[in-house]
Amino acid sequence: MKLTGAQILMEVLKEEGVDSIFGFPGGATIDIHDRLETTDIRHYLVRHEQGAVHAADGYARVTGKVGVCLVTSGPGATNAVTGVATAYMDSIPVVIISGQVPTHLIGNDAFQEVDIVGITRPCTKHNYLVPSVEELPRILKEAFHIARSGRPGPVLVDIPKNVQQASTNFKPKQKVKLKSYNPTYKPNSKQLRKVVELIKSAKRPVIFAGGGVILSKGAEALTKLARSARIPVTTSLMGLGAFPGSDPLSLGMIGMHGTYRANMSTGECDLLIGIGVRFDDRVTGKTDCFAAQAEIVHIDIDPTSIRKNVPVSIPVVGDCQTTLEVINSFLAEEDLDKLTAIRGPWLDQIEAWKQNFKLSYVQEEVIKPQYVVEKLYELTRGDAIITTEVGQNQMWAAQFYLFDHPGRFVTSGGLGTMGFGLPAAIGAQVAFPDALVVDVAGDGSIQMNIQEMATAVQYKLPVKVVILNNCYLGMVRQWQELFYDKRYACTCMDHAPDFVKLAEAFGAVGLRATRPDEVETVLRRGLETPGPVIMDFRVAKEECVYPMVPAGAPITEMLLV
Amino acid sequence: MTEEKHILTMLVDNEPGVLSRIVGLFSGRGFNIESLCVAETIDPQVSRITIVTKANEPLVEQIEKQLRKLINVIKLRDLTGSGSVQREMALVCVRAKPENRDEILRIVDIFRCKVVDVGSEYYIIEATGTEDKMKALINLLKPMGIKKIARTGTIALFREPH
Repeated sequence: MKLTGAQILMEVLKEEGVDSIFGFPGGATIDIHDRLETTDIRHYLVRHEQGAVHAADGYARVTGKVGVCLVTSGPGATNAVTGVATAYMDSIPVVIISGQVPTHLIGNDAFQEVDIVGITRPCTKHNYLVPSVEELPRILKEAFHIARSGRPGPVLVDIPKNVQQASTNFKPKQKVKLKSYNPTYKPNSKQLRKVVELIKSAKRPVIFAGGGVILSKGAEALTKLARSARIPVTTSLMGLGAFPGSDPLSLGMIGMHGTYRANMSTGECDLLIGIGVRFDDRVTGKTDCFAAQAEIVHIDIDPTSIRKNVPVSIPVVGDCQTTLEVINSFLAEEDLDKLTAIRGPWLDQIEAWKQNFKLSYVQEEVIKPQYVVEKLYELTRGDAIITTEVGQNQMWAAQFYLFDHPGRFVTSGGLGTMGFGLPAAIGAQVAFPDALVVDVAGDGSIQMNIQEMATAVQYKLPVKVVILNNCYLGMVRQWQELFYDKRYACTCMDHAPDFVKLAEAFGAVGLRATRPDEVETVLRRGLETPGPVIMDFRVAKEECVYPMVPAGAPITEMLLV
Repeated sequence: MTEEKHILTMLVDNEPGVLSRIVGLFSGRGFNIESLCVAETIDPQVSRITIVTKANEPLVEQIEKQLRKLINVIKLRDLTGSGSVQREMALVCVRAKPENRDEILRIVDIFRCKVVDVGSEYYIIEATGTEDKMKALINLLKPMGIKKIARTGTIALFREPH
């Protein structure tokens, strides 16, 4: 069957089960966009290529499938880079198709030419410049395989215009053969026997779960292990939802803005089982003091994560879900019965920390941002998909909205990309048209990709944006307040647009609350209104996120409310 | 922890951009490269890259893991130590004043080098050997006046069992 490069791309997309693409056309993608119109794949026209990648990323995070976006050469591709780096840092499977100038012009500084493969080399799991149409089917199949397998990540495929137009014989459903790429899914059971012995003997164990548990669909196995072996669970920001946040064994989030009990129990534990985590600096604080009394077990599919930041007693390379299931199978009923008694004092201690140092804030005359998130949790019964921007809004969402299921909290954890939340919400809404998708935003970060409201309106994607509007770039202002003698250099944003009018200008609905007693009404109205809504909550301007561990300090040394 | 020299050799796909991925990994993560050699192997689709790096134990572990993670790295081995044969090569352009010529030729003989070009005032000497041998040779030739020098990095192969 002789097909053009553009047609081959359509065939492979269909083979890979792609139903939605986020993109923006240009001279170097006309052929692909032209073909796309003839298929059943829905194309969502974003307003900026960064939004395309974030939307594909959001789609991937809530579905576990590979997200796909399509951008043109030159500026189209460079605009996508922040999105690519975001997906890379959080190990999200995304395939980015970029158009490129024709092969005979490559290297000539042609119009809209940029070496996007060179630019994205350090922020993709892998990338390709397709040299000829004959290579295209193999490369596309490899791209999807690499993106979703092992530790997932973004893969960029740069397709020159003449490769899109040239024809070749296409053989469907080609098998991927890669010489050296072979991720280790099956853990070493000898290592796991040792882990099980530690689980049985530990008096003060803690499980520290991360995004890897969600990516490997291991949440159920993790919950089983924690409940049966009576081990409290803390999660990284990326791990929220890997273990039910409302479970009595949940310690909440760990790290710089982690809960008191999560950070203290990490300091005091005698066994720390890290699963699908990478011991990021925002988690560990000062590494010398991190879990200093504990034997550390580290389970991850990516060997480079292990022993990168902290020394580990038992390394286990493997898929989180598979590993957790093997551990569960090694734990016999009679062992588990004994554990309840052994764990008693530890769980009592944790309960005491929980009661004495709750996440809290002081209610005042003005709206407290935490109160908005709490009310949002209450009104949605914890059942919404929450995306966030980055900064204080993100931390309050992580602290005050409890996630009982994986794939419900969508946030830029590693790169910390402001402007992520709205396009990611669009991607999540595309994946689940009937779900309630809420972007918890700040007034600063929402302005970074606000143009995507037009996308939401165009495709009738009813995302709700909750702006915690404090007229500041709040997280940086908080650092300035605490560590820079309140010199608020360049963080005051008192010339934001009128978000209500802005929503209306986009064809969405805008609502505002300025007093605490208006919060619930506005939230109710906003959530019940069909179509996209922006809710502007005028919150306390100088509210800080607590607890806070100053950068580089041990995580047990927290600033509290 | 002390830093030690490690000779890392790897087989990689012989494709455009692969070297850039490897070098980019070193620069992006702050790893150090002391020397680097690349050439095709007997299989034209595969190249061998040999990198000499200085790192402490945990860091070299991290470097090796990061390299193995690259899709285009097929196989990687640490060839540090006596289990491998290691060689460097140098071309040294040394000033050959009439009164020094005998001495230079004696050194060439002792070090089993070759004079590959003879000019009116300069010899070009070709030398191969271990890194230490290269250093010793260069030190001996220095007083005569080295005009220019071109050196390769280390290449190495694992010794086959006897």
